[in-house]
Amino acid sequence: MGFWATIAKRVGYGLLLLVAVLVLNFTLISIAPGDIADTIAGDMGGADASVIEEIRTRYGLDQPFYVQLWRYMSRVAQLDLGHSYFFNTAVTTLIFEKLFATLLLVFSAQILAVILGTVLGVLAAKKPNGAVSLTVTFLSLFGFAAPVFWTGILLIILFVSIFPIFPVAGMFDVTVEGGFFVQLIDLLHHLTLPMITLASIFLALYSRLARASMLEVLGTDYVRTARAKGVPERTVLYKHALRNALGPVVTVAGLQFSAVISGAVVVESVFSWPGLGTLALQSILARDTPTIMGILFFSSFVVIVFNILTDIALRLLDPRIKSG
Amino acid sequence: MKIRTLTQGLVAAAALGALAVTAASGIARAEPKKGGTLVMSILGTPRHLNPAVQSGIATGEPGTQLFAAPLRYDDGWNPQPYLAKSWSVSDDGLAVTLNLVEGATFHDGRPITSEDVAFSIKTVQENHPFKSMFAPVEKVETPDALTAVIILSQPHPALLLAMSSQLLAIIPKHIYGDGQDPKTHPRNSENVVGSGPFKLVEFKRDQHIILERFENFFIKDRPYLDKIVMRIIKDGAARTIALESGEVMLSGFEQSARDLKRLSKSDHLDVSREGYAAIGSIVWLAFNTKEGKTADKAVRQAISYAVDRNFILKALMLGTAESAKTGIHPGSPFYDDSVNGYDLDLDKANKILDDAGYARGSDGMRFGLTVDFGWATVKPFAEYMKPQLKKIGIDVTVRASADFPTWAKRISNHEFDMTMDNVFNWGDPVIGVHRTYDSENIKKGVIWSNTQQYSNDRVDELMKLAGSTYDQEKRKKYYAEFQQILSDELPVYWLFAGPYHTVANKKLGNPPNTIWGTSAPLDRVYLK
Repeated sequence: MGFWATIAKRVGYGLLLLVAVLVLNFTLISIAPGDIADTIAGDMGGADASVIEEIRTRYGLDQPFYVQLWRYMSRVAQLDLGHSYFFNTAVTTLIFEKLFATLLLVFSAQILAVILGTVLGVLAAKKPNGAVSLTVTFLSLFGFAAPVFWTGILLIILFVSIFPIFPVAGMFDVTVEGGFFVQLIDLLHHLTLPMITLASIFLALYSRLARASMLEVLGTDYVRTARAKGVPERTVLYKHALRNALGPVVTVAGLQFSAVISGAVVVESVFSWPGLGTLALQSILARDTPTIMGILFFSSFVVIVFNILTDIALRLLDPRIKSG
Repeated sequence: MKIRTLTQGLVAAAALGALAVTAASGIARAEPKKGGTLVMSILGTPRHLNPAVQSGIATGEPGTQLFAAPLRYDDGWNPQPYLAKSWSVSDDGLAVTLNLVEGATFHDGRPITSEDVAFSIKTVQENHPFKSMFAPVEKVETPDALTAVIILSQPHPALLLAMSSQLLAIIPKHIYGDGQDPKTHPRNSENVVGSGPFKLVEFKRDQHIILERFENFFIKDRPYLDKIVMRIIKDGAARTIALESGEVMLSGFEQSARDLKRLSKSDHLDVSREGYAAIGSIVWLAFNTKEGKTADKAVRQAISYAVDRNFILKALMLGTAESAKTGIHPGSPFYDDSVNGYDLDLDKANKILDDAGYARGSDGMRFGLTVDFGWATVKPFAEYMKPQLKKIGIDVTVRASADFPTWAKRISNHEFDMTMDNVFNWGDPVIGVHRTYDSENIKKGVIWSNTQQYSNDRVDELMKLAGSTYDQEKRKKYYAEFQQILSDELPVYWLFAGPYHTVANKKLGNPPNTIWGTSAPLDRVYLK
């Protein structure tokens, strides 16, 4: 099979997968007890029976399940993600409003975790049984074992309440006025704690991985050769060994990306970070079907696109990978 | 944090009679300073900012800043002039005349006229979830630009409270009258043109609402503040820390006992339970009065004797809440303190069950019941029922719901024995109290209808009588009998008034303390 045919097949599978994701999730939401009329009434402190009835009719909730599903799917087929029942706004507007905040948090936490994890892993690998190694192992396991919301609250208590260095919640301080740089510093100030909290879960993973991978590489022949040759230890470690040891870390970092996004949901809630996670949680609790479906559509779309791109990249990089 | 004894008494009757109420409420202590930005926190993101078509405190807190109502209330249930400088009721009680203040304008400079009042009442009548507020309104006449006459099909004493705070936002007809559905009108969240003391600058979901002083507000020299920033902070711990650090200076509707205890220790904060009586939040244990063992009045009474309200108030609420023996908020002038409160009496509870023929089995249990809860704040009370009711031989299963809609579906479809619940009075009993006990309001699938399926002809009749006379003494009498019957039949065992508190930094002058809490105009608040 030729290159383009394979890609076309991948895209076809991707579309099928997308449809499957939508149908499955729509079904799941419909099975969940209660509906948007309940949450709207709940939000308003109760509502007259006629009002509840009207909400159910307006959003088609009085229709049979397959009619609702068909209506939704045909709208999505026209690339219309619909209107949020709860927020009275187009779902795409809602998602794009929140996207930047989530991407910023996820990327910065991921980068922090990868870099810091690698550094700690390498330091630990230098002396596998030394004090540094033990400390790194302990700290990373602690971060990994502690529930992320707990870490977040702990950091808030420590760095907001006891040592008031960072702000409690949110993304910007609206009372701060000034140009771009003032705003940027304010943003970073707000970003620090949620970023550290989210990174703490993955730090363990990357530092353990970097340590193991580094130890393995340090035992290989070419490292021994380099040392025998009289290459300084620094160069051996950072130039010869590290490059090869990074492979597994980068691969796992790619694979873990979806996990970072799901971790962000919790972190966003703790720090009132106005991202997609907060929106997803809210809309699930509100049974706001169009919004939940919109977020799921969007995230599965991104994952599918990235999978196809990875596939293409791998094929271009390594001709040994044949179609399949 | 002392409970304020509300100066109840001459409310609607006297106030309605008085043609022009001119007394400005609140005694000016220090000279209020003008200017400054108040950063306050609110508990959640409102769906939108138009209280005319959206109830609930999330919309109420910003909504009452953006939109003025005809009336406002002080801390003693006395109506005060607001957008209406005076009002009167015809002798037959079927016409209520509002005289609007002169020169009042919307935020876009257009004058506020009686047409807008008529339009707002119609919009609320058609779209607001509380149909009882304006149900008897037949039409609103507008003889001139500053006079609106509300024509009623029957005397409607709830009308005054229904014209205050967030319940009747005066919205501009020239904007919302464009034929679009007001419930989904784009101007509900952006570019809002209101009639209240503050204008909208920015509304960012999950982040903040920024409001700015409206220069041409119809009360001279008000509001005092230049700007209000309402930060949306859902997490209670985060709000507590922000209040302690001074990052946030005001927060209303705070009810976590532990956070309140902690906040009250701070010397730069005032923690107060004043106000909120009209919001009228009551936490209770509801019974299914139609199916299962709880359909038996004896069982409901025995359970009520077995539940120790004092323990709940002291140990679970840490003294932050006030006992409520009936479905009417203890801060209301209609509250009847003389009803049976079912103080703890396990012997009596056991005797009632013995006499009713519920013998204990070999395991010491008479029968089993479930108790539901739908959200975290009422969970401890549901859990408390299990060990406590075991003492009278009832095997309680605590049934958790994953989230609010799950619970709402169970309860509204009457699939429960007992449930913890929290229901609001919303001003007059006609608006928020009747719905729980009215036999005509047994509606499957509707949460906070009469989900207990309780029906009593006399109770129905008393509600009709009390809901159609302006005579305050008569209303008190009707509601007293109403509370006595309910307290005997117990469709609900009322526990306590929802402990809403206002936490205010001491740098704040005139922190809000009216019966509507922080869901009321903050035009008098200033920074010292």
